[in-house]
Amino acid sequence: MDKDKIDQIISKHEGKAKNLIHALMEIQHENHWLPKDVLEKVSEKLGVPLSRVMQIVTFYKTFSLVPQGRHEVHVCMGTACHVRGAQQIIEKVEQLIGIRTGETNPDGKFSLERGSCLGCCSLGPEIVVDGRHHSRMTPDKVEEVLKSYD
Amino acid sequence: MPRMNSTGKLEELRKTILSKRDPNKPCIAVCSGAACQGLDNDRIIRAFEKEIVTQSLDKKVDIRATGCHGFCQKGPNVIIHPEEICYMEVTPEDVPEIVSETVMGKKVIERLIYTDPNTGEKAAHMSEVPFYKNQMRNLISDNPKIDPKSIDDYLAIGGYSALSKALFDMSPEQVLEEIKKANLRGRGGGGFPAGLKWETARNAPGEEKYVIVNGHEGLPGAFMDRAILTGNPHCVLEGLIIGAYAIGSHQGFIYTRHDAPQLLANVNTALAKAEEYGFLGENILGTGFNFNVEVHFDVGIFVSGESSALMRSIEGKNPEPRPKYIRTSVHGIWDRPSNLNNVETWSNVAQIINKGAEWYTSIGTERSKGTKLLSLSGNIANSGVVEVPFGTTLRQIVYDIGGGIPNEKKLKAVHLGGPMGGCVPESLIDTPLDFDEMSKLGAPIGAGDVLVLDEDTNMVDVTRFFLDFLSKESCGKCVPCREGLRQMLKIVTNISEGKGREGDIELLEEISEVMGAAALCSLGKTASDPLKSTLRYFRDEYEVNIQEKKHAA
Repeated sequence: MDKDKIDQIISKHEGKAKNLIHALMEIQHENHWLPKDVLEKVSEKLGVPLSRVMQIVTFYKTFSLVPQGRHEVHVCMGTACHVRGAQQIIEKVEQLIGIRTGETNPDGKFSLERGSCLGCCSLGPEIVVDGRHHSRMTPDKVEEVLKSYD
Repeated sequence: MPRMNSTGKLEELRKTILSKRDPNKPCIAVCSGAACQGLDNDRIIRAFEKEIVTQSLDKKVDIRATGCHGFCQKGPNVIIHPEEICYMEVTPEDVPEIVSETVMGKKVIERLIYTDPNTGEKAAHMSEVPFYKNQMRNLISDNPKIDPKSIDDYLAIGGYSALSKALFDMSPEQVLEEIKKANLRGRGGGGFPAGLKWETARNAPGEEKYVIVNGHEGLPGAFMDRAILTGNPHCVLEGLIIGAYAIGSHQGFIYTRHDAPQLLANVNTALAKAEEYGFLGENILGTGFNFNVEVHFDVGIFVSGESSALMRSIEGKNPEPRPKYIRTSVHGIWDRPSNLNNVETWSNVAQIINKGAEWYTSIGTERSKGTKLLSLSGNIANSGVVEVPFGTTLRQIVYDIGGGIPNEKKLKAVHLGGPMGGCVPESLIDTPLDFDEMSKLGAPIGAGDVLVLDEDTNMVDVTRFFLDFLSKESCGKCVPCREGLRQMLKIVTNISEGKGREGDIELLEEISEVMGAAALCSLGKTASDPLKSTLRYFRDEYEVNIQEKKHAA
């Protein structure tokens, strides 16, 4: 965790309660999760009660209150991917990395999320690992893709 | 760059930009839309950059990373200007040959052009490729012509001339009148006349008013708005500034996704450049009109695309909708008049001001004017972003543009409007695309996401999918939506797993009626639309599942 960078983000928004979502989003992008002491600091510096900060971070799906794995795997479960067989893809991914959606495996290698639609429907079914798209997946191809990450 | 302070200065600058450009200079336009990016288009761009240096052509050839061209299925897409030769599924290995053979040698490389899978017929130019030639690309046709990061590119194709016309030749009332006459209807889903909405906000009491671009686009299967907002951000911005002038607003907001880095970068660059050139900020083009824009983000919940929820989110709060009788045009952000339109609606404004309402109303059907952007996805040969005039039939969209259903399957239905929309069975696909005609079929156009379903699709499973999506995206504020969705999902899941019981269908109908009447916002009110529509056209599938205890998937 880069404390300086997080502090920079918080001080940029200091005293601006209406910037709460901006500040939390920037920290999430930087750190990939939101530790408790960081949330307390956001609350104090932006002048927003901690209960409201907690309301926001537990409502929006992007925010994570637990540490994420080294590689973030998103399986697109949008409609177009769904009709092209996304269910088999997610089952294969879950089986291969041994965790379910929303979890991180014990050695901290992978975190798994489902996306509602990642906007690349022509590439479906697809998975995105650390922001990189892997298109037109089959259960066999998934194995190949996941093996390429260490 | 000094800020321009008159229409004369703007036209002078445009002349200077154009005088430095040779329309016959070859330009390689590499698509950087979401799908082509997903297919590693950056490797193609790097290969072209390297190759023109290798062949010492860097002064003679331009390379442009553009917004989405539309034909996502065949990405990475490359278009060679000025001939508009379309190369598809390009790899870095193809690049040296494209540069020497096509860019310099003016010869077409047969293997990289479109081949009709049925007839084997080839098409090299944009005007010949069936996917493009059967469209009317009034909005998206600019995408391959400009670098979204370059305001000069936008000015070179006539950008900001509508703004200057509105500010110098028209009063705010005249601008409003023109939009009303054009009968521009909201493209976000409701189809409500934009002019009337603008008028309400304009006439609402209060000094401070806001205009908002809804670029949330959270519907699964919808990707046309980001194609415009990422690929031609100035077009949306120009519409927004014109709208602000008509309404009397000095503060605008763009609300969009946080997870699309390219979109964010292009929008931020556009805002900075527009301000630098004098189209935003204080004293715009020397007229004394002031207008600023802030960018806000959805951080991952579908309901924040609903207008009143979106406004709470801009205030930094949870995106919980308010009841519909509180009109956001009068009581919106911080309770002030706030006019919200979707990306596509705003992007129509500049062309209406430039070419006039008469031109605009000559396109489309009696009550739906202009063109509509669609995202074509699902069991379809040509997925991508499509633009057609209203009145085009679903058959033309699926077959002439979409290339039909792959794997020799038959078409079963076309689903419009995503989780809050409905489906049109194969027997009705000669229906023209029209706000009111589609609503009558129980399949409102929605935002323009067109999901094509083949004969293997089980409609109970599709409904279950949408209910599952919505039950996770409901904000939970009102009971009819929160509990209704949960119960409907439970029942439909049972039916789809072969555990349905007699009376389930009637119970579903009862719940959907209550939700339609009692839910707070349109998410809850229309959440049962896919269910109602599949019951209307495919009731037998539910019945068979219940009677025969069949498993849908």
